[in-house]
Amino acid sequence: MKILKEYKYDFTEIIHGYNNRSLKINLSDMKIESKQISEEMKQKFVGGKGFGLRYLWDAVTPETKWNSPENEIVISSGPVGGITQYPGSGKSIVVTLTPLNDTPMDSNVGGHFGPLLKFSGWDALELQGKADKEVIVYIDGNEGIIKIMESNIETIDSHILSEELTEMFAKDETDKRNYSIVSTGSAARYSNVAMLNFTFYDVKRKKVRLKQAGRGGIGRVFNDKGIKALVIKYEGVKSDLNNPANISKINRAGIRFHKEMNRYDDEQNGMRKIGTANIVEVMNDYDLLPTHNFKFGSHKDIAKIESKVFIEKYITQNIYDGCWHGCSMSCAKAADDFKIKTGPYAGHKVIVDGPEYENAAALGSNIGVFCPETILELNFYCDTYGIDTISFGTMVAFAMECYENKVFTKEDTGLDLSFGNIDSALELIHQIADGRGFGKIVGMGIKFMKKYFIENFDADPKFMFDIGMEQKGLEFSEYMPKESLAQQGGYGLTNKGPQHDEAWLIFMDMVNNQIPTFEDKAEALHYFPMFRTWFGLVGLCKLPWNDVTPHSNKYSKEPAKMPEHVQNYVDIYNGVTGKNVKIDDMIEESERVYNFQRIFNIRMGYGKRTNDKIPYRSMGPVTIEEYLSREDRYDKQLKEIVGYNLTNKSTEEKMAVLREYRESQYEKLTDAVYKRRGWSKDGVPTIEKLKELGMDLPELVDIVSRHL
Amino acid sequence: MFYLNNREEEFQEKLTVTKLIELKKYTYKKKIVKINDEFINPDEYSTTFIEDGDDVKILHLLAGG
Repeated sequence: MKILKEYKYDFTEIIHGYNNRSLKINLSDMKIESKQISEEMKQKFVGGKGFGLRYLWDAVTPETKWNSPENEIVISSGPVGGITQYPGSGKSIVVTLTPLNDTPMDSNVGGHFGPLLKFSGWDALELQGKADKEVIVYIDGNEGIIKIMESNIETIDSHILSEELTEMFAKDETDKRNYSIVSTGSAARYSNVAMLNFTFYDVKRKKVRLKQAGRGGIGRVFNDKGIKALVIKYEGVKSDLNNPANISKINRAGIRFHKEMNRYDDEQNGMRKIGTANIVEVMNDYDLLPTHNFKFGSHKDIAKIESKVFIEKYITQNIYDGCWHGCSMSCAKAADDFKIKTGPYAGHKVIVDGPEYENAAALGSNIGVFCPETILELNFYCDTYGIDTISFGTMVAFAMECYENKVFTKEDTGLDLSFGNIDSALELIHQIADGRGFGKIVGMGIKFMKKYFIENFDADPKFMFDIGMEQKGLEFSEYMPKESLAQQGGYGLTNKGPQHDEAWLIFMDMVNNQIPTFEDKAEALHYFPMFRTWFGLVGLCKLPWNDVTPHSNKYSKEPAKMPEHVQNYVDIYNGVTGKNVKIDDMIEESERVYNFQRIFNIRMGYGKRTNDKIPYRSMGPVTIEEYLSREDRYDKQLKEIVGYNLTNKSTEEKMAVLREYRESQYEKLTDAVYKRRGWSKDGVPTIEKLKELGMDLPELVDIVSRHL
Repeated sequence: MFYLNNREEEFQEKLTVTKLIELKKYTYKKKIVKINDEFINPDEYSTTFIEDGDDVKILHLLAGG
């Protein structure tokens, strides 16, 4: 490949998790530069998502759109990222302005790229500008060379492209483990929900594996910048490359966790057998599994897609599946030699990375599909085409409900989009990837579809708002929040939109009843989003925090917080960085970045109370059939809590009163959460709060002053 | 009457913890059971009866991915 630009750099020693410099590549003018990272930057933004947001803020203006040249994609791990002693330490966070609504999006991803970037000498990578011709950016972390090369590769889809690039760059089989590739797929040319695949080389299978930065259309930005792929090489990964301040602290925490995993995983979640998909049947049992566009929470055919079906028939067992070195949780499960039936890879035997829980729910129950092989095939195509599985499922579910309500017909779209129509679901995914037919419309996301259906099919705007499961442009992830007010807040009162990575409070709220008052819920909607934000600042995965439970946990006053594991995180963070923080300090670190992101949203025109509203489908029954499916529950609530006399009342009358009640509850929750977070009634961080956090930076004060 | 997670439940004769878990379809494995603040071990679920007026807590330990 023709080299368009070459840049050589010297190595610096990583000190306590930081190189103290980042790499910026502008693809418009091919400028490559090294930027120093100041102590203040580390103190206020820590790393990972914090660095990504800070760099993105500096790069864009309030007028910048997702496809403006100045928009950036920033990839950063974090100070703890890359340790091998504790599970889940290979995460990166990717930040960009999303095509869904031109506000900051963050998406976390496993695979090896983030840690290898750090070991190659860089705490973050900024990609700005647009290349005239499609390029591959290559970073050789051993030689200290960066090359921007003109791509001569025709392959688009990730599962082949990443294999080809690994084969092309690695000098032999042994060398392949030293590479990680970032790419997207065919859908990135057309779809607003296109994602990025990050690879790791699976030494035992001798195959390239894919992990996804799934949410928010980052793959579309990547494609728009003319990037075919990022390729990184670093040979020589070992446990002390972060040069930690106190390695024995990290070692001890790791040993504690590995023992726990070994002892309890089989009797608890079975992460090593099936990963997060262990909860498919659990969500069904608790009426939480999104079914038919979140109308229902369970289905009679659940046995066809429960976890044991995948364990017994499809997912390879007794093989290590960690997506970074040393992860004893080993949940990156895969189906080997799965035969594809449709599309361009029909007849191919492929490896399918998944299904994770979200995939099974999105590609299964939510679109009415209870066929494991269809779920796996959709999972495969989502990955290789570069489509976010969650958005795909929620988008198709929305389109199916519109079809069943005759918003459009088969004559309009060429497809029978009844719930459970497998052929149509598969046809749609191929159409999205090719940017053709009705798939081109669906692939733009629910926010786009709502407008399109109103303008082109005379759809009822109120019905579109009620059943279109998106907020801030992002499609809901796959949990039913309808009967948990706290989780409605966990989805709605977020920075990037309804993704469960900020808060998952359904069991605490709906089942355990541990947070009954608005103040209790607000406290949970402060602590958990802040605690969970911290993982994305330092380069860690959240799953080891709560997908296995230590014996001591039952004696804790606050078992939902998993205090023993929180202490592990305090230990490894202090062990790497040499800090002497406690959990409250970590929460405050997150608060700084969280408030920064909130104000960034406001700066881009999208971060206030009106943007925190959620579709009524996420709060209560939109349709009569939904009400009747839970009539006892709803009648009881109206009678006992609302004090409504049900005598001689029609279902429609009861639904109207219930809606008024539930919407008022969400507003009261919003008030309580804003107050707890130190925000105004309109959701704007106050200057007092910024001062308290040491975040009264002139550029932030300037923004909030105009909105308070 | 007894309380389950601070919600009133109708008392039933010979209701064991195992039976209550079945009735409620509490199938998730990671949970803690306490009756009147005393831990009940899983191997005691089938022999522990819920009495009228008991304060039963069945706390599920899942906080999402």
